[in-house]
Amino acid sequence: MGLAVLSLCYLIGSVTFIVGLKMLSHPRTARRGNLVAAAGMGIAIVGTIFLYQTEDGTRLHNYGWIFSGLIIGGIIGTVLARKVKMTAMPEMVSLFNGMGGLCAALISVNEFEHLTHADPLLFVAAALFSGQNLLLHVFIILAGLVIGSISFSGSMIALGKLAGKIGVWRFQGQQVLNISVLVITLLLAVGLLTQDAFFNGWVFGLIMLLALVYGILFVMPIGGADMPVVISVLNSCTGIAAACGGFLYDNQVMLTGGILVGSAGAILTVLMCKAMNRSLKNVLLGSFGGVKSGQAAQAQQSYKEITVSDAAVVLAYAKKVMIVPGYGLAVAQAQHTCHELEKLLEERGVEVKYAIHPVAGRMPGHMNVLLAEADVPYEKLLEMEQANSEFETTDAVLVLGANDVVNPAAKEDPGSPIYGMPVLEVEKAGTIIVNKRSMKPGYAGIENMLFYRPKTAMLFGDAKQTLQQLIQAIKEL
Amino acid sequence: MGSLLQFLHDHLEMAYIVVLSVFLGVEVISRVPSVLHTPLMSGANAIHGVVIIGAIIVMGQASPDNYFALIIGFLAVIVGTLNVVGGFVVTDRMLDMFRTRKKKTDLQENRNG
Repeated sequence: MGLAVLSLCYLIGSVTFIVGLKMLSHPRTARRGNLVAAAGMGIAIVGTIFLYQTEDGTRLHNYGWIFSGLIIGGIIGTVLARKVKMTAMPEMVSLFNGMGGLCAALISVNEFEHLTHADPLLFVAAALFSGQNLLLHVFIILAGLVIGSISFSGSMIALGKLAGKIGVWRFQGQQVLNISVLVITLLLAVGLLTQDAFFNGWVFGLIMLLALVYGILFVMPIGGADMPVVISVLNSCTGIAAACGGFLYDNQVMLTGGILVGSAGAILTVLMCKAMNRSLKNVLLGSFGGVKSGQAAQAQQSYKEITVSDAAVVLAYAKKVMIVPGYGLAVAQAQHTCHELEKLLEERGVEVKYAIHPVAGRMPGHMNVLLAEADVPYEKLLEMEQANSEFETTDAVLVLGANDVVNPAAKEDPGSPIYGMPVLEVEKAGTIIVNKRSMKPGYAGIENMLFYRPKTAMLFGDAKQTLQQLIQAIKEL
Repeated sequence: MGSLLQFLHDHLEMAYIVVLSVFLGVEVISRVPSVLHTPLMSGANAIHGVVIIGAIIVMGQASPDNYFALIIGFLAVIVGTLNVVGGFVVTDRMLDMFRTRKKKTDLQENRNG
């Protein structure tokens, strides 16, 4: 009876994951979808705790440990999730993803320990599994270990990079080293499976260590705008690691949940790459910033600088202003100040709208979340196509820390690495004011010829401070 | 090869689940507006936290005097819960902002209409 109810719990869990994911992909139903999936997860977890039993009918014990683990994890998770700033969302996603990967790896460690400490060793193991199945059992344990460990260490490095604590680290022969580490890890795993050293804990530990190192090496050379793609890849990996757990325990809800996320993550990765017109291979090999485009060489042209007070005049006396928010705005957490400027201009009778590139911000769709946080009205946010049709009638564009998404090279220079990427055609507007901290190229590492155009004026400084100064200057007009 | 086939045969249902889930995952996600990429990634992130079930099983089966297993299992339960709870809460927070924005629009539409 108990087991039948548990099966039902798992079925419900699987269905809610599918329905939840489906609902999450539509703006109107997304929030409910999240809650549906969460409810299903709750049912599956509670069911497992109270109804799970092994084939010989033993139930779970160590309830004290289980509940304290749940409570501690729950409290930490809730506090972190509630406290995190909206701008730090990619870090948070990365952290939680890493925790999932670590969980999968730890399960593998425990299962392996369980196998090796079965006493007398092979006798019990053989009684549990026929020889061949034992092999596959260990194979799944190893798969969970390797994928989970890579996902964990990779996510932690991604977290450090997103938080600005770790830079891009590239050197000659990096790819060779990475591939070697991965190959050695896999060879050791195969060795563990096929040799008599089957139950060698040291080899197992070494495999875990190498997988962790590989995760670090894999993410180290990747930076900037490519990070969301990496997070999505790692997300997908953790899904597969979870599915390994599903095989391990013949557990359908882990299997469906893991595989769903694994395949959804893969598709999401592809969609993101498409939005940036990048191939996944390029992202993962980190060759984007490394290659200097032909334009970089001839970039020693002159650009025009504009003072805050001049910029204030341009904006305040325009009829229509379009704000293009980018990474710089997100980093400076200037979304509230930006909204203030927008309100101020509106009060003066200026029509203000936002042009949002699909990959603006730190993650696709992140900019919408940020501006929503600052209470920017929904109808002011224009998607790329709509914005592009309105730039011609726009007097002034204010670019806030966006770089690659406004680079005309994507349309005009077939030699550019971002050629073909859909961009915001800001150069169609009357005046373009670009706020950046310096003339340093953006994440793609390519020069932006927009900055050297006669209609463009550069307004240097941190996005938040510059916006505050602009607001002050407009008030004084 | 033989063992692989045998395994497949023994776990045929699992294999079906895997294959169907892959198609389902692809189908469910393939037409998402980019506006939702971040919350969707975060929501999917919470769902793979289902790995917590494995952690609970492993913890619940460890013998009470096997401290290695208990500690590793305990850690697994904690980080798994972090993944699940944190993932769902943070996604809800993000989507909440979409909702408030939507509500305002709806209100305005009502007023206009």
